[in-house]
Amino acid sequence: MRPEDLLCPTPRGLYCPPADAYIDPMRPAERALITHGHADHARPGNGAVMATPETLAIMEARYGEDFCGTRQPSPYGAKTRVGEVSVSFHPAGHVLGAAQIRLEWKGFRAVVSGDYKRAHDPTAADFEVVPCDLFVTEATFGLPVFRHPPAEDEIAKLLHSVELFPERAHLVGAYSLGKAQRLMKLLRAAGWDRPIHLHGAMVRVTEAYARLGVDLGETVQVTAADRAKLAGAIVLCPPSALRELWARKFPDPVAVAASGWLRVRARARQGGVELPLVVSDHADWDELRRTILDTGAEEIWVTHGEEDALVHWCGTAGLKARPLRLVGYGDEGDETPAEEAAAP
Amino acid sequence: MNRFAFLLDRLAYEPRRNAKIRLMAEYFRETPDPERGFALAALTGALSFRHAKPGLIRGLIMERTDPVLFGLSYDYVGDLAETVALMWPGETRANRSPLLSEIVEGLTSTAKLDLPKRLAQWLDALDETGRWALLKLITGSLRIGASARLAKTAVAALGEDVKPDDVELVWPGLAPPYEDLFAWVEGRGERPFAEDPAPFRPPMLAHPLEDANFRAFEPKDFVAEWKWDGIRVQASAGRDAEGRHVARLWSRSGEDVSGAFPDLVEALTFDGAIDGELLILREGRVQTFNVLQQRLNRKSVTPKLLAEFPAHIRAYDLLVEGDEDLRERPFEERRKRLEAFIAREDNRRVDLSAIVPFDDWDGLTAARLDPASAGAGDDAAAVEGLMVKRRDSPYVVGRPKGLWFKWKHDPMTVDAVLMYAQRGHGRRSSFYSDYTFGVWTTDPEEGERLAPVGKAYFGFTDEELTELDRFVRKNTTNRFGPVREVVHTAEQGLVLEIAFEGIARSTRHKSGVAMRFPRVARIRWDKPTAEADRLESLEALIAEKEGA
Repeated sequence: MRPEDLLCPTPRGLYCPPADAYIDPMRPAERALITHGHADHARPGNGAVMATPETLAIMEARYGEDFCGTRQPSPYGAKTRVGEVSVSFHPAGHVLGAAQIRLEWKGFRAVVSGDYKRAHDPTAADFEVVPCDLFVTEATFGLPVFRHPPAEDEIAKLLHSVELFPERAHLVGAYSLGKAQRLMKLLRAAGWDRPIHLHGAMVRVTEAYARLGVDLGETVQVTAADRAKLAGAIVLCPPSALRELWARKFPDPVAVAASGWLRVRARARQGGVELPLVVSDHADWDELRRTILDTGAEEIWVTHGEEDALVHWCGTAGLKARPLRLVGYGDEGDETPAEEAAAP
Repeated sequence: MNRFAFLLDRLAYEPRRNAKIRLMAEYFRETPDPERGFALAALTGALSFRHAKPGLIRGLIMERTDPVLFGLSYDYVGDLAETVALMWPGETRANRSPLLSEIVEGLTSTAKLDLPKRLAQWLDALDETGRWALLKLITGSLRIGASARLAKTAVAALGEDVKPDDVELVWPGLAPPYEDLFAWVEGRGERPFAEDPAPFRPPMLAHPLEDANFRAFEPKDFVAEWKWDGIRVQASAGRDAEGRHVARLWSRSGEDVSGAFPDLVEALTFDGAIDGELLILREGRVQTFNVLQQRLNRKSVTPKLLAEFPAHIRAYDLLVEGDEDLRERPFEERRKRLEAFIAREDNRRVDLSAIVPFDDWDGLTAARLDPASAGAGDDAAAVEGLMVKRRDSPYVVGRPKGLWFKWKHDPMTVDAVLMYAQRGHGRRSSFYSDYTFGVWTTDPEEGERLAPVGKAYFGFTDEELTELDRFVRKNTTNRFGPVREVVHTAEQGLVLEIAFEGIARSTRHKSGVAMRFPRVARIRWDKPTAEADRLESLEALIAEKEGA
């Protein structure tokens, strides 16, 4: 058999014929396997959805109760038969509930990574190496220039700035699902015990995290009247809000952002960021290479990101590799679903 | 080095002046000697390293990485030092990272051949920010938006009662790592002795006259002189301990600009310090600022340039004569000393700026409106306005109240149409605050259209900015990256009254004209766009100036 018999790239996303299911479909599908809750991977309107219980809860919090026809929770490690295929979900370390999806069919094992990272994240289960024959990996940061520093060091930068400029409000632009909660948890670990203020778009997901047992300490939603009073506060908001009228009402705001992209200075400057924190929920260059080797896979498919460099490197390491050039993933810049962004 | 790298990294992103000062002051406060002194040297541009060239850095990374991966990475990042800092291989760190002082010392003492190995060892031992800072430091391209003046201001902030100008005064006698400077500022040592025989003395500045109700002043308490449209400079000269004559030309902000004006510096044979205006004179006639700018824009100073654009100083004030500091004396007395000094020196590169006689404020108003008839004669086109100084004013550092006033010509204005807007930086980062404006012209093919003639990004109040920003957001017709195109037709759009200080022909601008100092004088919400000015009227202004 060929790997393409088990998985084939289509405009709608990766399709698995023997299971008759799409993985993270771009457009609604009859049957969908969802790796994690980010909007570019988890879209509403599918028929049957299988995902981890956490991902299903996050999708419900973001899209409402009727986000799909039927849902089937699949806890980490449990094997379920879908069509002719044995399907299981394994921790990807990306955000709460994020999974790699393992597919076994006729003795051939494929793992679709979704988005993942190897660094420890107190809000997500640690990445698990799943041996396979075909590894389908992301490559968001697939260039040797992307090597993420320890997240704790970046949090220390933020706290240093808050100490040096106590009369200003620090507005931290971060994705509302995952990054925001990871930052909160890291801030708590670094000793920040004051309330953390949240833009309205962050509230629903943060509440979902709390319901799923992630303790983030006291969080307060920012109201219009409060903004001028938040000198010395740390406020989390979607990245786009830093550039909106909303951000202007705070006392002399410092524009902070947390993203792996900020490793490259020009990108941080283009975004008008004054304090960049290099905190990423994706594997960096070293982690991508290590993971590919760890899986023992002989064939590597690269889904989205900077695939050219990673495919080239696989060649130098004696591995068969191809870019899938799937469009539609990785555009996390404004991954906040519309109805959340519209919230106050 | 890591702490210094962290400072550079923060400064590179921080747009606010005061925040930059605080970041630097905090660093100086918590960093011991001599580290902070070498950092100060780096920030003030006092360090340079001969052997460290980009080719050396490229060679180091090529030995260590796959060329395809390097190519893809460099292409993505777009900056050699940063690409190398980011992709420098290896996880193993030395037990300790090198100190800035070790690096500075090492760069000076290491032979050219041994430099690659030494540099590689440092890069191995530093983290990414440290590598970036090191590579920027040795290639001399820090570009972190902090001037030497700002760094000195941060040093002054360490003291109880030290002003930035005090630091400026002692600066010329100092050398890295500035331990005596820090000791003095922190109250642990004597004020360092400035040994430079040709030091910079911070200049005295004037207030704009519209800020003062000058009609209430007594005319006979004041002296008026022309304000020339050149570059304010200070010519400082004297003898060092060995008796050698040293001369320097300083800019208003304390940059040593001697290198750009060797013809002038050579002529500074006196002992003393003159405050004056740098001008280009041809056959005794002062040339306009546009001519001066042609000399300033050149990278290398060639004999041809020196011959075509001879630099002169027109003297306003005498700060020091021989060993005698005159700055405490009244202006009137300094002026007499200056006149005698210029007469005695008889220097063909240095002349006296004339006094403008007047009996009352109406008389002075008339002189300002018509400099040619009031004594400026053929040089009137290079007059920017008047300086009005109290007869009894001492020469005080900074901008003291009530002593000196500048009374500029009214600016020229043009009614132009807003065409494009771009977001500003820093405080204005979320506002559309940079405006490209245009005037009407007749295109042989397209007919009536707007020709962009300039860009203005100040002149408005915060409230006006909010209104302009709202207008831009509501009337966007197109987007090009950070730029928004704003509606600009004969029927729809917004007219801005643009004030500017000068206008000249330009080959770099498509419209063929370049304005000096354009800013938004008024927002003409009332004026239909079709009634905005035409390119021909700007061209007429240039013709008028050239004819003058």
